[in-house]
Amino acid sequence: MKEHKKKLKLKVSAISEGTVIDHIPSESLFDVISILELDKTTNMITFGTNLDSGKLTNKAIIKVSNQFFENDDINRIALIAPHAKLNIIRDYEVVEKKVVEVPDRVVGIVKCFNPKCITNAEPITTSFSVISKEPITLKCRYCEKITHENQMVIR
Amino acid sequence: MSKKDLISIMDYSKEDYLRIMDMAADFEENPNQTLLEGKVVASLFFEPSTRTRLSFETAINRMGGRIVGFSDSGSSSVSKGETLHDTIRMVSQYADLIVMRHPLEGSARYAAEVSSVPVINAGDGANQHPTQTLLDMYSILKTQKTFDNLNIFMVGDLRYGRTVHSLLMALSQFENPIFNFIAPEELQMPEEYKIYLREKGIRFFEHLEFTNIISEADIVYMTRVQKERFSDPMEYEKVKNVYILRNSMLKNTKPNMRILHPLPRVNEIATDVDQNEKAYYFQQARNGVFAREAIISHALNLK
Repeated sequence: MKEHKKKLKLKVSAISEGTVIDHIPSESLFDVISILELDKTTNMITFGTNLDSGKLTNKAIIKVSNQFFENDDINRIALIAPHAKLNIIRDYEVVEKKVVEVPDRVVGIVKCFNPKCITNAEPITTSFSVISKEPITLKCRYCEKITHENQMVIR
Repeated sequence: MSKKDLISIMDYSKEDYLRIMDMAADFEENPNQTLLEGKVVASLFFEPSTRTRLSFETAINRMGGRIVGFSDSGSSSVSKGETLHDTIRMVSQYADLIVMRHPLEGSARYAAEVSSVPVINAGDGANQHPTQTLLDMYSILKTQKTFDNLNIFMVGDLRYGRTVHSLLMALSQFENPIFNFIAPEELQMPEEYKIYLREKGIRFFEHLEFTNIISEADIVYMTRVQKERFSDPMEYEKVKNVYILRNSMLKNTKPNMRILHPLPRVNEIATDVDQNEKAYYFQQARNGVFAREAIISHALNLK
């Protein structure tokens, strides 16, 4: 009976093998899809957004079948979904849980806030050192200017 | 061995600074040392900067090197739409060293990544201009005989002036400096530099004017207060005469005190100061040639 109720609550259908990325802020869903290049995968993906969540007022969830992520890859979403949680699913069971961590360096992903930075003028991969993780503060490797969390634009 | 680029003043250690100073003194004694004979230096000025370019090209000529390049981007392939990446890749096949000035910030770091030969940053937008800082340091060392225990006054536009920021960072590597920042409200030293000084336990003071305190200074580093930096033109009118240095203000200054300015000057140093022995800005510009000869030698391991 209990099991039945739990199934009823599932708004996005369960997967047999793969990764569930939960607790994504709704507004960041499509950026997460883009950063993880899920728009290019041929694996089955289901996602839900504007779901109720205790922690976030509106959360999104992504379920990717038959795909698993390296920590370095998954940490790339930390900038826009710092509280995201990953469940690794094998045979419908959660076999591992992971949280994302803001990395020390951010390569690509974010645009430098300085309009006069060379990275905004030529096709150059941006590169930042993370000088603060909470709130996120990035220092551009090239122009040496600071991009603050509230100024971050995903490329 | 990794390539010895000079992109940001913090790329050099204290030992590097001192080595450059020693070499600059040696070049001052004997400016014509043909260490660059048989070498080609690319002088790439994507925006005009007559003073910096002539100073570099003089240094290269005195060292017997040959120069290729351009003095503004209109006369280069940039006007045909070539990227900086491609220009640098191409030029680094030709030359032994690249000296580059570019209007965009971060362009020098990027050029150094792309280039197979060392890159010297001759100014990347409002970001860095490390050879100016090294010539400022050489001028300070020549006139004060030390970098330790100096009271440095920085006057004028401290918010946007990259020369004062880099000089502050470099001098902070030495013993017990004191900084006095004199600037209008709108153009004060950015918070990040004040945080840096606090973290290093270095004393600094901020003032709106300096007539009554100038007697404490060892170095007075003047910069230009530009009208276009003010959001309110009334503010500029109020302060425009406060940051002008006049000969009458120098009466009770220390005998060792010297006045520096990165030039060009407009009106922030009255012309009556020029005759005062404490005015050092023209010798400072001359020191630029020796400092740049030293920087080139360092980049190419010539000495």
